Amino acid sequence: MQRIGVFVCHCGTNIAATVDVSKVAEAAKHEPGVVYAVDYTFMCSEAGQNLIAQAIKDYGLTAIVVCSCSPRMHEATFRKVAEENGVNPYMVEIANIREQCSWVHKNMDEGTPKAITLMKTAVAKVNLDAPLQEGEAPVTKRALVIGGGIAGIQTALDIADCGYKVDIVEKEQTIGGRMAQLDKTFPTLDCSSCILTPRMTEVAQHPNIRLFTYSEVQEVSGFVGNFDVKILKKSRSVREKDCTGCGVCMTKCPSKKIPNEFNRGLNFRTAINIPFAQAIPNVPVIDKEHCIHFKTGKCGICAKVCPSHAVDYEIQDEVIEEKYGAIVVATGFDQIDLHKFGELGYGVSKDVISSLEYERIMSATGPTGGHIVRPSDGKEPKDIVFIQCVGSRCEPDDRRGKTYCSKICCMYTAKQSIMTCDHIPGAKCHVFYIDVRTPGKMFDEFYRRAVEQYGVDYIKGNVGKVTPLPNGKLRVHGVDLLDQKEVELDTDMVVLAGAIEPNPSIRPLATKLTLSIDNNNFLNEAHAKLHPVEAATAGVFMAGTVQGPKDIPETVAQAGAAAVKAVALLAKDKLKTNPCVAQPDELYCNGCSVCANVCPYGAITYIEKEVRDHGVRETRRLAQVNPSLCKGCGACTVACPSGAMNLKGFTNRQIMAEVDSVCQ
Amino acid sequence: MQELIDRAKELLKDGTVVRVLGWKKGDLPYNPEPHIFTSAEELDKDFIYNGFCGANLSKYMIAATRLEGKTLVFLKPCDTFSFNQLIKEHQVKRENAYIIGVGCKGKLDHRKFERLGLGDIAEISGIELTDECDRIHVKTVYGEEKDLDYRDVMLERCFFCKTKEHQIFDEKMLDSKDTVAEGADRFEEVKKIEAMAPAERYAFFRSELSKCIRCNACRNVCPACNCRHCVFDNTKYDTPQKANASSFEENMFHVIRAFHVAGRCTDCGECSRVCPQNIPLHLFNRKFILDADDLYGEFQAGSDTTTPGPLTAFTFGDAEPAAGLERSRG
Repeated sequence: MQRIGVFVCHCGTNIAATVDVSKVAEAAKHEPGVVYAVDYTFMCSEAGQNLIAQAIKDYGLTAIVVCSCSPRMHEATFRKVAEENGVNPYMVEIANIREQCSWVHKNMDEGTPKAITLMKTAVAKVNLDAPLQEGEAPVTKRALVIGGGIAGIQTALDIADCGYKVDIVEKEQTIGGRMAQLDKTFPTLDCSSCILTPRMTEVAQHPNIRLFTYSEVQEVSGFVGNFDVKILKKSRSVREKDCTGCGVCMTKCPSKKIPNEFNRGLNFRTAINIPFAQAIPNVPVIDKEHCIHFKTGKCGICAKVCPSHAVDYEIQDEVIEEKYGAIVVATGFDQIDLHKFGELGYGVSKDVISSLEYERIMSATGPTGGHIVRPSDGKEPKDIVFIQCVGSRCEPDDRRGKTYCSKICCMYTAKQSIMTCDHIPGAKCHVFYIDVRTPGKMFDEFYRRAVEQYGVDYIKGNVGKVTPLPNGKLRVHGVDLLDQKEVELDTDMVVLAGAIEPNPSIRPLATKLTLSIDNNNFLNEAHAKLHPVEAATAGVFMAGTVQGPKDIPETVAQAGAAAVKAVALLAKDKLKTNPCVAQPDELYCNGCSVCANVCPYGAITYIEKEVRDHGVRETRRLAQVNPSLCKGCGACTVACPSGAMNLKGFTNRQIMAEVDSVCQ
Repeated sequence: MQELIDRAKELLKDGTVVRVLGWKKGDLPYNPEPHIFTSAEELDKDFIYNGFCGANLSKYMIAATRLEGKTLVFLKPCDTFSFNQLIKEHQVKRENAYIIGVGCKGKLDHRKFERLGLGDIAEISGIELTDECDRIHVKTVYGEEKDLDYRDVMLERCFFCKTKEHQIFDEKMLDSKDTVAEGADRFEEVKKIEAMAPAERYAFFRSELSKCIRCNACRNVCPACNCRHCVFDNTKYDTPQKANASSFEENMFHVIRAFHVAGRCTDCGECSRVCPQNIPLHLFNRKFILDADDLYGEFQAGSDTTTPGPLTAFTFGDAEPAAGLERSRG
């Protein structure tokens, strides 16, 4: 029988205001196994911890229940107290009477009985707890950064500068990401490529960084400190070591009518292509879907014209297997598909474009060489309407858009309108907005510059419809909420500040890495405030817009933070392993393989083993768990129809006992 | 039937197999039972295969294939799904089995005879596989005689027959006959229940399941129920008494059982056939099959020995939990 101590925390008034903590402590005294129960203002304080330590000595406690906040907050604290005082740290159970009780109830009549139930549940479980021992695992001193945009680049550089090896996996053929597509950056108006490309070069030249472009993470197994990753390096059909990036192949390629993704489809590219001049690596990729040679077996011009004989159609995809200690996810964002906003003319008129398309038009490396012209007729627009929050800040039931604010659009719209006025003297810019949000260093000053110096016409209100007129103009029907009137503007071009969303590739990746994502596919942090760059999966970190909308300086800052967290992990020689792993019961296992089939980590194998079962001696096919691969997710324990599989620390019996104590 | 006996004797004699799993004559004309024959004499005396041999012999092969030497088993087309599933779950040893796929012309439901007042059968003809299986002549112990349409007394499950093709066999004997009813949809009843209001549906299941006497026949006959120790008999995890906690016991038993066989159930229908209380237990399984088909694409457990079941495997394409929620909202 356990000797259990129950410690009920007030958490100041966080708990005590809606839970009668002394009643909870009093009720605990009547629970089986409980020899001591007490309540205290702050259990996590030094005095609170001393209270637990003293009680362990005075009452010979073998198990501890702390009724306090979520175990994510202080489970580690209380486990440490237990361990220091001779109680196995896994003999500590937390009853979460704060997040799951006091914070969701308004009065004591509801809060107190629920807190008592939660306490009873934890006591029921701790009665069946068994001491568990942590193992040790070495740390692979190499980090993987997934995504080669500015977030991934910065993270990789920061980790590499600390002396650790880093690999970057980028699914596109060059690093650079979205930032490479931008023209100028707010609020300083420095050129995006000018500040990005030196970083790209640094990555390419850094002795600690390896670059896998045109590659994808195929499979991830293992655990913190010891991830085994398979990287699919897709065939470029061009030998990287031979190619000089001269670009002759691109000039001769006859398959020229492929929408250019880098320019957001505003012009065409060839089947063998380098997206932009500063690409790293500066080596083309043959797009097999459009290449005449791959489609028909004919052509082969690029191979013939290549002066360094770098084109090789026979190169196959390659799978690279590597071990990593830490993984940083920096897969970035994309703009939502604006075709859903047909009423605003997107997809209807060529002169209604997205803000990212407009960036390409403004950019010197873009389809028009940086001349702002209308896509329809190539004429310079004299009047441009910018519409903000297209797909951002939508109603929850509006499936076309997102409920959140995309954060960067107010500022880049101000930038785009300023740049437009700079490019086209005398041009008139109008901006339809819901609110102008400019919290940031020099942000409001920048916006005011647009209004005051450049005379940009900011109209508070929505646009309901954009109609193409026979004369080539676009009629914008909107409202001006300040003047309380309808507005009709005839303009040359409309730019939609479309919402941004996480790059769709994050969904399968999150599954591979067992990361948690929110309703909008942004990655969830381990704790929104205290672990903002750590994923819920140990050893995985995040940087940039994969976590939420943010601008370049924020992304770079977060990349640095993620790098430090990764380095802190890599700097360790050994990690403690989680002892809460699955364990099969040999006498109950019938060898059906269901557990192995559902195991996401490949931790379960089968062996033929002789067992003695009540006088029967026979060889049986039995499940075996590799504790270093098992992450304790519990999928097998649920799938096992016989109940033969148990998760240590969360056994079927313990969970049943918990359910019982709730239902009784 | 004689050719089955002859072939079994031949295989016994030449040493291919050391025992034969088949059906043995019962004490009444309508209750043959699964039996292991070990000699030619025994086969001659007791072996039977007719319209009442509905029993799926696959499950008995779990024990039989763990014995020394090969076992000959007669499997109807639908039984072979179960056999494949058992191979997949490593419960039977294929190398220890010699499978004769026997033809099937639909199996009979004794309860339907009862309902017609013809339950106490003294003599019956027209139910041998060599017959047309079209018309039946019955004589009761009370001397009453009647001609019946075979389909009037056929098991419901045979109207939704999956196939008359054996999924696994070493050799095939005797012909089958298509028994599928025109326009048959095995999910029709499930859909009807799905359409009920929650309270009505609850009442339906309560009324059906409270008939249960916990005889465990469904569990014992079910080929998917092949745990060494059923969780309901498992003294280690405090589960048996859970099921006994209240009058809700039987309901929980059947719901849990349905969850345990979900994605592995071949829809052989044995649970409903053996239930002495006439509970339509197969409906639970069909509900799971329908849901799994919906969420993961059509899947027939036991159509081969390798494809992992949708609910008993982990893939990156698995339906997200939200899919179930959205589905239930319609």
